[in-house]
Amino acid sequence: MKYIEEFQDPELARRLLDDIHATVTRPWALMEVCGGQTHTIIRHGIDQLLPEQVELIHGPGCPVCVTPLEVIDKALEIASRPGVIFCSFGDMLRVPGTGRDLFQVRSEGGDVRVVYSPLDALRIAQQNPAREVVFFGIGFETTAPPNAMTVHQAKKLGIPNFSLLVSHVRVPPAIEAIMTSPSCRVQAFLAAGHVCSVMGMGEYPELAARHRVPIVVTGFEPLDILEGVRRAVRQLERGEHTVDNAYARAVRPEGNPAALAMLEDVFEVTDRAWRGIGVIPASGWRLSARYRDYDAEHRFSVTGIATQEPAECRSGEVLQGLIKPHECEAFGTTCTPRTPLGATMVSSEGACAAYYLYRRLDLAPARTAPLEASPVV
Amino acid sequence: MSATALDISGWTCPAPLRDRPRVVMGHGGGGALSAELVQHVFAPAFGGEVLAQLGDSASVTLGGARLAFSTDSYVVRPLFFPGGSIGDLAVNGTVNDLAMSGARAAYLSCGFILEEGVEISVVARVAEDLGAAARAAGVEVATGDTKVVEAGHGDGIYLNTAGIGLIPDGVDLRPQRVVPGDVVIVSGEIGLHGVAIMSVREGLEFGVDVKSDCAPLGGLVRAMLAVTPDLHVLRDPTRGGLAAALNEIAAASGTGVVIQEGRVPVPEAVGNACAILGLDPFYVANEGKLVAFVPREHADAVLDAMRAHPLGRHATVIGEAVEAHPGLVVARTGLGGTRVVDLPIGEQLPRIC
Repeated sequence: MKYIEEFQDPELARRLLDDIHATVTRPWALMEVCGGQTHTIIRHGIDQLLPEQVELIHGPGCPVCVTPLEVIDKALEIASRPGVIFCSFGDMLRVPGTGRDLFQVRSEGGDVRVVYSPLDALRIAQQNPAREVVFFGIGFETTAPPNAMTVHQAKKLGIPNFSLLVSHVRVPPAIEAIMTSPSCRVQAFLAAGHVCSVMGMGEYPELAARHRVPIVVTGFEPLDILEGVRRAVRQLERGEHTVDNAYARAVRPEGNPAALAMLEDVFEVTDRAWRGIGVIPASGWRLSARYRDYDAEHRFSVTGIATQEPAECRSGEVLQGLIKPHECEAFGTTCTPRTPLGATMVSSEGACAAYYLYRRLDLAPARTAPLEASPVV
Repeated sequence: MSATALDISGWTCPAPLRDRPRVVMGHGGGGALSAELVQHVFAPAFGGEVLAQLGDSASVTLGGARLAFSTDSYVVRPLFFPGGSIGDLAVNGTVNDLAMSGARAAYLSCGFILEEGVEISVVARVAEDLGAAARAAGVEVATGDTKVVEAGHGDGIYLNTAGIGLIPDGVDLRPQRVVPGDVVIVSGEIGLHGVAIMSVREGLEFGVDVKSDCAPLGGLVRAMLAVTPDLHVLRDPTRGGLAAALNEIAAASGTGVVIQEGRVPVPEAVGNACAILGLDPFYVANEGKLVAFVPREHADAVLDAMRAHPLGRHATVIGEAVEAHPGLVVARTGLGGTRVVDLPIGEQLPRIC
């Protein structure tokens, strides 16, 4: 299978870049919504290869980054309790809550386990009937359906010791919030392809029309990103603002009906807080009344948790595309991946981490030397 | 911003460490947390000039002979995996640490820490693998030890091996000898061991035709030294992968390193597995590969010698040491951009989506 290499071909990339360079006549600001897209852009140096007029602004689409501190603290509280097996995807373990993270809870004796599927957590619940098993259900429309299915299965199989700590968020309301912000600079969106593969594209035409903004559904490999940028720039130069699917190999306009049905059955839309941004109306899911027994927040009564964000962390502005990571005073000094102040630095998909990991050379003038002077043999 | 992620100002010794009052898994990941533990807890406590070399093996002089001396512990799960077992690893890991100082491994010690309840047949199978690997590597297991811990206090079998070997005259392999212009060679395809282990680890099993590259590298190193004893540094990129090995050399040598991302041999199956899991193959462990920094004038001959050896057939030049950005490793991407290849912090974590 060559489903990855085909979308990293340098020759095709060069052609797309040439086309973008030839098309651009004015400055444009494009937001890639998803942290996975940000990661690809920075890791492959795509931002360095685009015309100067094309600015890529990094959006709020990192599930780890936008999970509120309050929810992280609830996770830490539940995971610390005796008799609990707390299951999570790996990258949530390093996200700092107020003062500590899940790795630290584990080192203090908490039973925190990394799983690769929520169904693994359900299996652990079946194997440990005397323990309470909690799965940390965070993320966008991509991770919500399997998490919904797990709760559905737990109810169907009558597994009473399983519950979900849920903090799911939805992308379209976030796009709406960004576009209605007075300081918004975004002129086009590269929409997250995997989100659309689940949800379809039905919510986007109205957004594009109302805000007169092109929305190009885009994948995650370098050629996907370049094609998305090419189509967005073409629309901008022509004064168009339509929804365009540049990820047709994965996205059907109607989305995934089975996944949508599962979401409809298990979840209901709710207002949701986004870390660093605040509450966005109708931007999240919670378990519907039929499944409330499986809600870990209710089961463990984790309320009244006081949270405290580091005052100097500007990840909220990064997530809204208002500043670039290195424009934060804490970037690379008090805030590094080893000692992160905010989730945008700790998550592998976070914009701050991507800049720190891959762009340190460009961002530290005293250390910068022209790479061209040192050709690789 | 400093050259490395470590900021040692205001630190005290011994522990507690600044931001981790307890040991977390990342302290064993071969990245920044591991380095921190060694630099701020172990090295100050033990002292000594030899330890301060902080190499994979120590170079010591005893009775006029230059010896390489190394130890390593093995806690791999599962005990048997595609391409090898904990027994193979326990030999090859230590033999390779010795080989990276140019030494020919001679004797090994072997410590078994057994968990109450593990089947004797499993212990025997591991012991047979260990013995066979030692014979294949040309070393003798000269001494050993056995301890048993209560059920629930181990993963069946933990192993520790230590080894000694002779360093030939004229061979001086250490990062401080790296100079700008040195050519960086990797001996073959990377990421095989880590992906093979992941493919059979509970909770993550996935079907992939990847076997661990676990192998003794002494013969390959001898073939390289036969061309020229003037190799500057060798490193086997185990925990932390290629990225950690290059970063350690860059930091210890004070030179920069530039690699051409597209030249690093990543097998398709490894690339695909990493893409699915959200991992970077540069950080995935290897157990039968080495990275060499070679003076430019010897590079072609060394490369030819490597390719003539079974374990170096896919040896490739991937980059060079440079004066620019001392201590940093920079990759040129396939598309023509550049990025920093950082030291991993702890262990790589599969991403959420």
